[in-house]
Amino acid sequence: MNRRDLLGYLPGLTLLLFLAPVAAGLIGTWLPAFGYFPALGGEGFALTPWVMLFDHPGLGESLRLTLVSGLLATLVSFALTVFFLAACHGSRFVLAVRGLMAPLLAVPHAAMALGLAFLIAPSGWLVRLASPWATGWDLPPDVATLQDPNALALTLGLIMKELPFLLLMTLAALEHSRADERLAIARSLGYGPVMAWLKTVLPAIYRQIRLPIYAVLAYSLSVVDMALILAPLSPPPLAVQVFRWFNDPDLTMRFVAAAGAVLQLLVVVGAIGLWRCAEILAARLGRIWIAGGRRGGKGRVLRVLVTAVIQVLVALAAAGLLAMAIWSVTRRWRYPDALPSALTTDVWARQGHDLIWTTGTTLISGLAAAFIALALVLGCLENEQRRGLSISTRALWLLYAPLLVPQVAFLFGSQVLSIQIGIDGTWIALVWSHLLFVLPYVFLSLADPYRALDERYSRTALCLGASPNRIFWRVKLPMLLRPILFATAVGFAVSVTQYLPTLFAGAGRFVTLTTEAVSLSAGGDRRVMGVFAFLQAALPLAAFAAALALPRRLARSRVLREQRA
Amino acid sequence: MTVVSVTRDYGLALRQVELSYGGRRFLGPLSLDVAPGEVVTVMGPSGCGKSSLLAFVCGTLDPALSGAGRILLNGADIGARPPEQRRVGILFQDDLLFPHLSVAGNLAFGLPPAMRDRKARRARIEEALAEADMAEFYDRDPATLSGGQRARVALLRTLLSEPCALLLDEPFAKLDVALRARFRSFVFDHARAQELPTLLVTHDPQDAADAGGPVIEIDAAGRLLGGKQVAANQRSPQRP
Repeated sequence: MNRRDLLGYLPGLTLLLFLAPVAAGLIGTWLPAFGYFPALGGEGFALTPWVMLFDHPGLGESLRLTLVSGLLATLVSFALTVFFLAACHGSRFVLAVRGLMAPLLAVPHAAMALGLAFLIAPSGWLVRLASPWATGWDLPPDVATLQDPNALALTLGLIMKELPFLLLMTLAALEHSRADERLAIARSLGYGPVMAWLKTVLPAIYRQIRLPIYAVLAYSLSVVDMALILAPLSPPPLAVQVFRWFNDPDLTMRFVAAAGAVLQLLVVVGAIGLWRCAEILAARLGRIWIAGGRRGGKGRVLRVLVTAVIQVLVALAAAGLLAMAIWSVTRRWRYPDALPSALTTDVWARQGHDLIWTTGTTLISGLAAAFIALALVLGCLENEQRRGLSISTRALWLLYAPLLVPQVAFLFGSQVLSIQIGIDGTWIALVWSHLLFVLPYVFLSLADPYRALDERYSRTALCLGASPNRIFWRVKLPMLLRPILFATAVGFAVSVTQYLPTLFAGAGRFVTLTTEAVSLSAGGDRRVMGVFAFLQAALPLAAFAAALALPRRLARSRVLREQRA
Repeated sequence: MTVVSVTRDYGLALRQVELSYGGRRFLGPLSLDVAPGEVVTVMGPSGCGKSSLLAFVCGTLDPALSGAGRILLNGADIGARPPEQRRVGILFQDDLLFPHLSVAGNLAFGLPPAMRDRKARRARIEEALAEADMAEFYDRDPATLSGGQRARVALLRTLLSEPCALLLDEPFAKLDVALRARFRSFVFDHARAQELPTLLVTHDPQDAADAGGPVIEIDAAGRLLGGKQVAANQRSPQRP
């Protein structure tokens, strides 16, 4: 069998690798939801799980928290993205924000949530900085700023994580939209900058950012790790409640949990459906609005406003990371001091053993998932180019499937599957479960640069007598080194951030920095939390720094070699 | 390779070549002969399919397009071979030097792998550079070269791959006028010296005049324009 044939099977294999667990997981969750789960004595179909689910006293409140935080976070992130780009198109600030968003995207959800908690808790850094001289509070105020009854802290945390993703996806869509030409025409027709962007650019790029928005919606409605840190706990948002039921020592609760997982899926499907309806309505009204021909003003107020909001969000994220770093080396930090009164590295030293093991597990699973994903994605892209195929919109939906289906809605079923094939709680299951989420992101970051590489380089090399394989290794890979390393770093960061997959697929046998940071957040020692959360945020950032620095280093050594020559 | 009529079989020949998109023919049918050392020019406005014609000859035609007809190189039909086995070199408007390789690295990429000995390979590259008055550029990064130097390196890279025919896809268009004439004669001199059948596509009449060979004109709809093409077809290939 030759290489070409092997390559031809790769897209199918890749799809199978990451769609089979999702599909099997969904079925494996639906069956127990309707009472069928022989391992626990459920031999026939019944609606009892649903009756128990709807009898649960806190269900209504759980649903309310889920819908408020999920919808609000998505709406605000979307609105900020659109109005920021509309008001600031082409300005230097957009470039600056683009540079800041990539590292923010790399920070794991749990670390971002802990950082935010360190800041806004009643005894958090913000209150300490302003007390008692401004607030008069000698004791932490008795206000629920964290785990507040309306899940607004969770909403804020979600916005801080989802805004960078939406902004970067929209900026990527803008690159192919000939936005500058559209704006130039609209401006010459007398439209203000914001109006011009909203009326000529947004309609052109919305189709491309639709899937990312749905992914944000699905994620925000079903997040567990951030909710454990920032959302109220009794009752918690739906996804957290379902997760608790899955871990209940009373095994019969698995049935209720499965029904809850199906409900979670329905919530996400319903929300996406609702968003789609709103899209259709907005498109219809938008056409009338555009036809109305209002030109709009200079948009200065909007510009100042949106810029300020984004600056505050970035500052919050950075200050949260800083707070974690400071806490991790704190010996004594009494309320309401603005800074610790004594520093120490004891906490790091005491956690040394645990740190090495959890960091090791995080690194191994992250690197394995990232490199496997990279190999599969490169193979698929190369196959696509050699055969002159291009991926259709429908195939893109498949790629997004693991990002659109809530994790709690299928991970239990996948775990049942992995027990049946005997890989439950092994490295294979762990890396595979991470791969489901790593693959789509690696593909999304690599596909554009790979397809954009001037294909005449390959043609030239072919005409010089180089075989397609030689071109792949000697021309394409070196020329695409930068995006390849970047995509690998993205994959690694996505793996580090995984919380539920690590717990489900690892069967509790694997402890990563993320699972450790989240479980520590329930305790009270901010110093230990600081250590794990800081390291959790630092690993992906280090990966990105390496991905950026390595090509530069290689380039510099080439220049040096030339100068010597 | 058949040896039935050695004298007639040297050079590049196209027989009834047609290109189509979605079942609609946009170029041809076209037949022509290019003898070793001869430069045949195909002239036409942009968009008439000239570049696709060259892509068809070297086997890199866009999969959305389809081509028919025979391509004979030194008597062998190369139409079914993969591009890397056709031994047809091509130069584009852009030099397309690999930015991650040095000048020597680019040239080494072109050298046939059969030449194993590292010293011999190095010597061959140095010889080629010296002959182009570029001996001191061996280790340079292509990005530090001028446009004319890059163009010369691109030609050397193609020639070092020991092609049996040379295709030129408007390689002079992006050079400024003074440079253009010099590089043009540099290319044609090398092509003649190595007895390469050369097919040039361009829309610049000066290119065609300098090439000194037969000229075939194509209009915007891909049809061949009258007399000159017939003349080209009736020309019997030079004997090697």
